[in-house]
Amino acid sequence: MSEQNQDNISQNPWGFLKEFTDARIALGRVGHGFPTQQLLAFSLAHAQARDAVHAALNVDALLSDLNLLDQEGLHLTSQAIDRDQYLKRPDLGRKLSLESLQILQNRTLEPVQVSLVIADGLSAKAIETNVFPVLKVLLPMLENGGISLAPITVATQARVALADEIGFALKATLSVIFIGERPGLSSPDSMGIYLTYRPHSQNTDERRNCISNVRPRGLHWDLAAHKLFYLITQSLALEISGVGLKDEFDASHLLSSSQKGSSVA
Amino acid sequence: MFKHVIGNIAYGFADLKELLAKASPLRSGDQLAGLAADTYEENVAAKLALADVPLKRFLEEPVVPYEQDEISRLIIDEHDQQAFAAISSFTVGQFRNWLLSDLSDVQSLIQMRAGLTPEMLAAVSKLMRNQDLIYVASKCHVVTKFRNTIGLAGHFSARLQPNHPTDDIKGIAASILDGLMYGVGDAVIGINPATDHIQQNLRLWQLMDEFREKLSIPTQTCVLSHVTSTLKVIEKGGPVDLIFQSIAGTEQANQSFGINLSVLKEAYQAGLSLHRGTMGTNFMYFETGQGSALSAQAHHGVDQQTLEARAYAVARHFKPLLVNSVVGFIGPEYLFDGKQITRAGLEDHFCGKLMGLPMGVDVCYTNHAEADQDDMDNLLTLLATAGCTFVMGVPGADDIMLNYQSTSFHDIAYVRNLLNLKPAPEFGSWLQSMGIHDAQHQLRDGSFQKLLIRPL
Repeated sequence: MSEQNQDNISQNPWGFLKEFTDARIALGRVGHGFPTQQLLAFSLAHAQARDAVHAALNVDALLSDLNLLDQEGLHLTSQAIDRDQYLKRPDLGRKLSLESLQILQNRTLEPVQVSLVIADGLSAKAIETNVFPVLKVLLPMLENGGISLAPITVATQARVALADEIGFALKATLSVIFIGERPGLSSPDSMGIYLTYRPHSQNTDERRNCISNVRPRGLHWDLAAHKLFYLITQSLALEISGVGLKDEFDASHLLSSSQKGSSVA
Repeated sequence: MFKHVIGNIAYGFADLKELLAKASPLRSGDQLAGLAADTYEENVAAKLALADVPLKRFLEEPVVPYEQDEISRLIIDEHDQQAFAAISSFTVGQFRNWLLSDLSDVQSLIQMRAGLTPEMLAAVSKLMRNQDLIYVASKCHVVTKFRNTIGLAGHFSARLQPNHPTDDIKGIAASILDGLMYGVGDAVIGINPATDHIQQNLRLWQLMDEFREKLSIPTQTCVLSHVTSTLKVIEKGGPVDLIFQSIAGTEQANQSFGINLSVLKEAYQAGLSLHRGTMGTNFMYFETGQGSALSAQAHHGVDQQTLEARAYAVARHFKPLLVNSVVGFIGPEYLFDGKQITRAGLEDHFCGKLMGLPMGVDVCYTNHAEADQDDMDNLLTLLATAGCTFVMGVPGADDIMLNYQSTSFHDIAYVRNLLNLKPAPEFGSWLQSMGIHDAQHQLRDGSFQKLLIRPL
């Protein structure tokens, strides 16, 4: 299966198959182990994924980015006080802190159609890489469509369901959250987008629609934005979200719905 | 009410499920559910009280009420008093002593299988150290057959898991070829599909079947979609080898998976009509994992390890070819770190094996858990010494579709070589005929060109 060289690596001569997949195939072997370079490449990818989980979202930078798009941004926090608690207590990541709830309650708000929430989730890097390019395409479409927006919120130590409480407090008909997905070794920067019609704290996951794997090497920003705009308009028109809202947008094969499921929820 | 007094503190436990939960080795999922012991001492007090509970008590007090849960009914209704007779006078503590003694051997463990309930095994496991879990499980041999023979002593099998984020057939085929060249795939070649799209999954079944047929590989294939989707593929005449489903330990949790026992029975009947196995008729494939019931808010106040063992009662009913716990997949809110994942993997393997299941483990972790490859090396090596039936083989340990790390093709070659374990015999002969293994089942310079046939 192999050709020996001076490094004592048995090379795998089917490396040409790498053109068909990002999977770690044809690594070669030393005895039964990974060659040193392959071992360290793996270690680096794991280190980057771990860093993505533990990195804090740069909220200030994000808020000034939002200003560039003529959007007011509000920083909100969940009840999870730090990353360690966030990882152990997903329930706390689904609830707004008292201070944040007060920030929303102290504003007199007119009902709006859509609330957009930007959340760190399990990868701040995913947000820093993907959210601005998606919003740049999405916001003009929403404006042209005459869809009213709540102030955009930036939520930290947040889980998907936090968007329910935020959307409800902002009197939004539809809540949309952009959130860092659990980082994979080959995708530390993957962003998910979840939609919930009539958000409230008793919403369950089957009431949501999801667009996942938004990243440069996954679902592209333009496509994600168009797909999201399609789902927003359909959800508002049909007054539903979740399993009842069929995704008939083209390129639906890029959506994943695996048995093993996501764990940002 | 159960009690144990330590010094001037009387620890009380309201019922069996509270006692089991407080006696559990610490894990984040039980803490999240508010079920874990509050102090180290309370944990040991619960173990001391649990050690004195007669095994019979578990038949009288189901942890989830008989009337409310079809899995409780399955466990109680299928319990075999005759098989139980030999150990019916034991307490949990005495049962542990007996399991570790020379009195329990391969034959006696087989004879009592039908007399053991998941709760009895969960209970005794909570009194055991890791070496106990390893040693007692190593006395169990569970052999199953479809197109080859899995679970023989001295053998170690692996699922080839060639997942791809968009189910690209060439990408999947590239990973399959890589895995076969490392001697992996005797348990099953099994794809987690990226979507539940029936036509697309049918195509995956067809392509894998053609590939397997052309190369005469003595193994089985599977697309791990929802059981109701697989039923539709069967209706369309698709070449379904193994019928897969994720299962959990309460009726309510299974409902959240969109299944119940009657759906599984329907699938089992459909599978029986296919007659695709050449060596035997085990064709169901189940995956489980601690924490799934809590995740579905369907745990009934029962600790996650006891509920996991109850899922094995569901599996046992359908005589599966393969069962594996996906131990580290669920995330740190259920199993926080390498220590908790390791413990859970050994518990799951022990409980499954004692119940007579062909138990494998997806030795794995996610990037938000406090774990790394060193933890996986440890668990893989421990499980292999415990006689684990199979593990996963993922290219370079990195699943690019499910975004987690499992065991690699290299890992399987490592552990077979380290412990002198062989692949399933029929598959092993095929590997030799293809020049992938030599006479001693060492990897050698086989010609990969032999594998380059259509649809590659």
